[in-house]
Amino acid sequence: MPERLVALLLAAATVPAAASGLPPGRAAELETLVRQDCGACHGITLAGGLGSDIRPAALAARTPEGLAAVILDGIPGTAMPPWRPLISPEDADWIARYLLEDEE
Amino acid sequence: MMLRTLIVALMLALPAAAAELRGTGDLGVAVERTTGSLLVLDRSEHAAIGRVEGLGDLSHASVVFSPDERHAFVFGRDGGLTKVDILTQDIVGRVMQAGNSIGGAISDDGTLVAVSNYEPGGVRVFDAATLAPVADIPTGSRTLGLVDVPGRRFVFSLWDAGETWVADFSGGPEPAITKITGIGANPYDALVTANGRTYIAGLFGEDGLAEIDLWQEPLRARRILDGYAKDDPALPVYKMPHLEGWALAGERFALPAIGRHEVLWMDARSFEEVGRTAVHGQPVFAVARPDGRQVWVNFAHPDNDTVQVIDTLSGEIVHELKPGPAVLHMEFAPRGNEVWISVRDANRIDVYDTASFEKIAEIPAESPSGIFFTARAHRTGL
Ligand code: HEC
Repeated sequence: MPERLVALLLAAATVPAAASGLPPGRAAELETLVRQDCGACHGITLAGGLGSDIRPAALAARTPEGLAAVILDGIPGTAMPPWRPLISPEDADWIARYLLEDEE
Repeated sequence: MMLRTLIVALMLALPAAAAELRGTGDLGVAVERTTGSLLVLDRSEHAAIGRVEGLGDLSHASVVFSPDERHAFVFGRDGGLTKVDILTQDIVGRVMQAGNSIGGAISDDGTLVAVSNYEPGGVRVFDAATLAPVADIPTGSRTLGLVDVPGRRFVFSLWDAGETWVADFSGGPEPAITKITGIGANPYDALVTANGRTYIAGLFGEDGLAEIDLWQEPLRARRILDGYAKDDPALPVYKMPHLEGWALAGERFALPAIGRHEVLWMDARSFEEVGRTAVHGQPVFAVARPDGRQVWVNFAHPDNDTVQVIDTLSGEIVHELKPGPAVLHMEFAPRGNEVWISVRDANRIDVYDTASFEKIAEIPAESPSGIFFTARAHRTGL
């Protein structure tokens, strides 16, 4: 019984990475990138700073595709930089879903 | 017999602190950003001597010190203002003063602590002894670049409005406010020179900076280094540089260029550009060793594992080190013999000798960011 539970929990914990087909370990790197490097402007809790609030409630009306595009190309004329030079479209996709799903 | 009993009784009654009587001039703190704690550092011992927990969200947190160098005021990202006794290592006061804040300052007389806020915008000012509210200065804008200047004044800038305001508390708790409008688009941080005369705001939305001479009446902003990036487009900026560390090295300022792999040199009198040094990445801090002989530079993601040292006389890079993943901050010992470097993702603070560049010590720390030594208590604008 406890083993089943552990297995379930493990499965639940790895859903976003598993669903994305990223190389092993990449999801953890991207999570750090979001918290620390996006967090430099958006706050470590993503509640906003110079950048806007990007917690799930604030992004509720957005699609993952739209968010991935914002992440890759930035928002010209604002401080939101394009991340395309540093991350792949698959990475951006994972981040978009992570932002929408993250429970905090 | 009686006497001995008395002595023993006295010894028992004396607080332990008496045995550990010590000064604070060689102490400091490091912000542990993910755990919301403050590590108390001993410069002489090259060691952490304690940890204070429960300070909330400390990403991008900064610290100022009371004039007696005993209390640290910690400005958290979540709007928390915490007063920590670094001798007893206790929290002695804490207020949640806003929803989202970005740094603070302490007045020249040590009686007022000011915090600049993103949410709601503006500046709130507190009694340094009790943390009781003294003044609330709404600005209608995300507010940053807050510094103390002589005459019980604070200076700060408005990201959304492109203004710099001076709040003068010399007449009491009701500040006299002077607004300097139209300084340029999106000031993102600012510095004041050590003499409290020159306030310089970096402008994210402009190809230049704003300079204000606080000794002149009326106050006005002047554009400096105008068009420093006009010849080729800037790279995307992944981290705003910090201006607090902008270094006055000899008769020149060393400034991190925004969106460029360059440190700019600016004449301290004319504010004209007098040269550039090509560096490893986009600089975040360019800090002068206290004697001004070297400038140490760290970089934004993805180059943030590296530190370069520039010789001020030649403008050339004389040393490069790779302390490890995510170098966030560098703090010099007050006389400049050592520099303490936080290496966030290695969970370490490294101490280097600035003459030999040898590593002297490694101190374990949880995701360390800013390092602050108590000597800052006696510096304007830090
Ligand atoms: C240098 C600062 C900075 C960094 C770093 C940064 N952002 Fe932003 N971001 C901004 C700003 C400023 C805005 C708001 C732009 C505007 O005015 O519309 C923004 C907006 C956004 C938006 C749009 C929000 C909305 O409601 O439309 C998303 C999504 C976003 N950022 C995600 C990210 C992610 C993910 C990262 C890290 C990979 C990141 N940002 C890193 C500054 C930054």
